[in-house]
Amino acid sequence: MMTTESGVSLEARGLTRVYRRGSEDIRALDGVSLQIRRGEFVSFMGPSGSGKTTLVNLLGCLDNPTSGELELAGRSIFGGGRILSERELTRIRREVFGYIFQNFYLIPTLTVRENVALPLAFYRKPGVDGEVERLLGLLGMEHRLDHLPGQISGGEMQRVAIARALVNRPEILLADEPTGNLDTKRSEEIGEVLQELNKSAGLTIVMVSHNPNLARLGGRLIEMRDGRAYES
Amino acid sequence: MISGFQIAYKNLLRKKSRTLLTLVGIMLSSWVLVSLLGFNRGYESALNRDIDNMGYQLMVMAKGCPYEAATMMLQGGTGLRYIEQSMVDSIVIRPEVDKVTPILMQAFFDPDKGDGGGIAGYFGVDLTTFPTMKPFFRFRQGGWFHDEQATEAVMGFEAAELEQREVGDMILVPEKNVQLKVVGILERTGTQDDGTIFVPLKTLQRISGIDKITTIGIKVKKDADSAKLEAALYQLPDVQVVSFTQVKQTIMKLVATARVMVLSIAIIALLIAMVGVVNTILMSVLERLQEIGILKTMGAMPGDIFRLVWTETLILCFSGGVAGIGLAFVFARLSDILVRRVLPYAPGGELVAIDLKLALLTLAVIVVVGLLSGIYPAWKAGRVRPLESIRGE
Repeated sequence: MMTTESGVSLEARGLTRVYRRGSEDIRALDGVSLQIRRGEFVSFMGPSGSGKTTLVNLLGCLDNPTSGELELAGRSIFGGGRILSERELTRIRREVFGYIFQNFYLIPTLTVRENVALPLAFYRKPGVDGEVERLLGLLGMEHRLDHLPGQISGGEMQRVAIARALVNRPEILLADEPTGNLDTKRSEEIGEVLQELNKSAGLTIVMVSHNPNLARLGGRLIEMRDGRAYES
Repeated sequence: MISGFQIAYKNLLRKKSRTLLTLVGIMLSSWVLVSLLGFNRGYESALNRDIDNMGYQLMVMAKGCPYEAATMMLQGGTGLRYIEQSMVDSIVIRPEVDKVTPILMQAFFDPDKGDGGGIAGYFGVDLTTFPTMKPFFRFRQGGWFHDEQATEAVMGFEAAELEQREVGDMILVPEKNVQLKVVGILERTGTQDDGTIFVPLKTLQRISGIDKITTIGIKVKKDADSAKLEAALYQLPDVQVVSFTQVKQTIMKLVATARVMVLSIAIIALLIAMVGVVNTILMSVLERLQEIGILKTMGAMPGDIFRLVWTETLILCFSGGVAGIGLAFVFARLSDILVRRVLPYAPGGELVAIDLKLALLTLAVIVVVGLLSGIYPAWKAGRVRPLESIRGE
C-alpha cells in the first residue's frame, strides 16, 4: 500500500492551476493545500466553476499544476516547476488510481466482462487473476457478465465502470460526478456501493458531486469556492 | 481475458457499413493487383511455353516482313512465300544444329467454317523429323501417319473438337476436294498446335501442287552459339531467319505498354483504397477521442493506443487483401478472358498465373501499404491527452 507511516496517501501544498483563455488568465485553482489519509472517503462539493474537478484532476495526475506540490505516499509527484510527460503521468495513474466519470465510457461492442477486463489489456498488476468476476459479483453484476452495455441500465453501467476502475486494485478511486447521469434511486444505490467499498475494503475515495446527499456519504466534505477549498 | 486484437476487431464492428465499404475497396484493389501481377508472370511464361513448344528456336523462311513471319509461326497465315526443300540439307550439316524439320504451311478457304467461312490451316510435316521436335505431344486417340505419302491427318485438340472428329473420320480439304483420314487426335497442349491439322509433308505438297516448303524449323544444340548460326543462315540466298528470342522480345515490347498502363491503374486503385483506410481509421479515432482518453486513464500508454489503432488497420487490410486474393483465384479464368480481349497477341494456356508465393507477396504489399496508411491516425490517437478528451465531451 502506498502510504506514509502516518497513513497519508495524498498531500497537496499550494496547488494552483491557471488556464489562459485568450488574453485572460483564469485561476481555476488557487493555492489549495490538503491531506487525504488512506481509507478516507473525501467529497468535494461546490458550484460549477468552483475548481472541484480541476483539483481532482490534479490529485489524480490527469493534469500538471501551474504551481504547488503534490506528494503521493510521501513521494514527490509535482513540485519545483517540474512538468511530467504524458507517459510519466500514465505510469503513476495506472499504479495508483482508478477513475469513474459521469459518462460511463463503456465500450459498446464489448461485453460487461470484457469492459471490466479492458485495463488488464494494457497493464496488469500481479495477483489480479479472477478480479473481474470477483468485482462484478461484489457489485451484484454476476448475472450480466455477457451482456453488452446497451442491454443494461444506467446504474448497472456505472457499477461496471466502478468494477473496471478497481480491476487493477488501485490505491485511490477518483469519482467525478459518478451519479450525474442517474436518477435518485440509482444514485443512492451507487452511493451505497461506494460507501461499502470504502468501509469494507478500506478503499480511499475522492469524489466530486453536486448531489449533497451523495457528498455527505463520505466521512469528510470539502467545499470548493473560487478555486479554494474550505473544509466543513 | 481480452487482447488488443479483440478490442481492435470489436471496434471495427461498431460502424459495420463503413468498415464493409473500406473492406470492399481493399478487396477490389487486391484483386486487381494480384491479377495483374499474375498476368505479368503468366503472360511471359505462357509465351515462353508457346515458344518452347514450337520445338525449335530458329526458323528459316522466304524473305518478307518479319512480323508476317512471326504471325505465320504463331497463328498461321496467308500470302505465303516458298523456299527450296534442298536448303534443309545445307542447314543440317552446320555444327550448331541439332535437328531440322521442313514444314509446308497451307491455308485454304473453308466456306463451312464459322459464319461466312474461314481459313483452314494445314501443316505439312516430315514424319521422321517433326515428331522428334515435339516429344511432348500426347495422343488422345490414334497416333502419327502410317507413311510419308499417306492421305491421313492428325488433328490438334481444338481442331478436332470444333469439327467433332474422331479417329477414322474423313475430313475434306477445302478447295481441293481431297479427303484425309483422321489417324490421330492430340491431347490439349495449350498452344497454337491445338488448332492445327497436321498432314504428311509429301501429301500436302501433292494436294497443293507445290514441291517446295515454307519453313525450316531448326533446333539448336545445347550450349551452341545461336547468334553465330543465325549469322551463317543469313548468308543463304533469299531467306530470313526468325529467332524466337526476337519474336518474344517484339511481343513483350508490344505488351509492355499495355502492362504499364494497367499496372498504373492498379497502383491508383491501391492508393484510393488506402485513402479509404486512412479515412475510416481517422474517422473512427476522432469519434472515439473521449474513449481513447479513458483508456489512457486506465493505464494505456501512447504506444498501446498506437498499436490498437494500427491493429485495426492491419485487420482491415489483411481481411480485404485475403478476400481480394481469394476472388482473384476464383475469377482467374474471367480475368484471363478480359485480358485476352485487350492484348495484341495472347499465347495459349493460362495467362493470369497466381500461385501461393504471388498471393503472399501481394498480401504483404497490401498489408505494408495499409500499415503505412494507418500511421497517421494511430499517431494521432496515441497523442490524445486524457484530460483534454474528457473536457472535449
